[in-house]
Amino acid sequence: MSKILVVTSGKGGVGKTTTSAAIGTGLALRGHKTVIVDFDVGLRNLDLIMGCERRVVYDFVNVVNGEATLSQALIKDKRLENLYVLAASQTRDKDALTQEGVEKVLTELKQTFEYVVCDSPAGIEKGAHLAMYFADEAIVVTNPEVSSVRDSDRMLGLLASKSRRAEKGEDPIKEHLLLTRYNPERVIRGEMLGVEDVEEILAIRLLGVIPESQAVLKASNQGVPVILDDQSDAGQAYSDAVDRLLGKEIAHRFLDVKKQGFLQRLFGGRP
Amino acid sequence: MNILDLFRQRKKKEPTASIAKERLQIIVAHERGQRSTPDYLPALQKELVEVIRKYVNIEQDQVHVALENQGTCSILELNITLPDR
Repeated sequence: MSKILVVTSGKGGVGKTTTSAAIGTGLALRGHKTVIVDFDVGLRNLDLIMGCERRVVYDFVNVVNGEATLSQALIKDKRLENLYVLAASQTRDKDALTQEGVEKVLTELKQTFEYVVCDSPAGIEKGAHLAMYFADEAIVVTNPEVSSVRDSDRMLGLLASKSRRAEKGEDPIKEHLLLTRYNPERVIRGEMLGVEDVEEILAIRLLGVIPESQAVLKASNQGVPVILDDQSDAGQAYSDAVDRLLGKEIAHRFLDVKKQGFLQRLFGGRP
Repeated sequence: MNILDLFRQRKKKEPTASIAKERLQIIVAHERGQRSTPDYLPALQKELVEVIRKYVNIEQDQVHVALENQGTCSILELNITLPDR
């Protein structure tokens, strides 16, 4: 049974593309044939985060318009055997995707792939709507910050009412909360919403907490999904999230402050 | 954190996260309430005004349409203010 997974948030800049790349790569690492699809037509960036930007020849819109076949447009990952990327178009405008076109491509992808990860654009307009419309499960990426939490709640409302599952009266989209850019130090000081606060407000299942980490920028600089940096806190947190997505019960990590030595505290050691 | 922060921390300690949580709880509850009203209400209101106008001259804001949920039953409340004769 193949699954369509949407990574969405409403708000921009919270880590949707980073998450799509990490989760998609994590699924492939665990032996599942996976494709990550960029729905951000006009502002594609998944190709950069995945490090395949120079190998994009045909894109999603080309396939929708019949200008290329799916196998021509799919970019095979250089690191993992069963991982593919379908890039968004950079030159077209966001109206280039149609519901029928997206449905046709997703149906075709479902025949070959176990997981289709849809990287949603920000906002709640057409692109974001198409990215979530056909989804079976949704990962709602949220920062512990007021505007992001509010937008996530809005997105949860849309997932529950404007998706195909909702319109056809099928089982609802399974929703997962992924809290990113989490800083336990600031939470303890009362400067940042804690994981329990966000869980209480949004009231959906917590998939994982990704700590604010230097590893994320380091990974995107190099075009390597951060999950492949298995020494990093963010990489390990994403890895746990993928395991939970696949049904494993794993305790949440990186919620506490690392203990600092006295000298480190005096001289400003960065945690 | 450096040596100065250690002293600074002693003083002002206004935990802003709790303010954020409180504000979010209020706005999210409010917006969820609005979300549950069906999106045909504005159109229904407009058409009602048009029908009534065939007989009585009223303004758009003289018709109030509200949908209330009480348990399993929904009550559609229409409040039409007719002009003085």
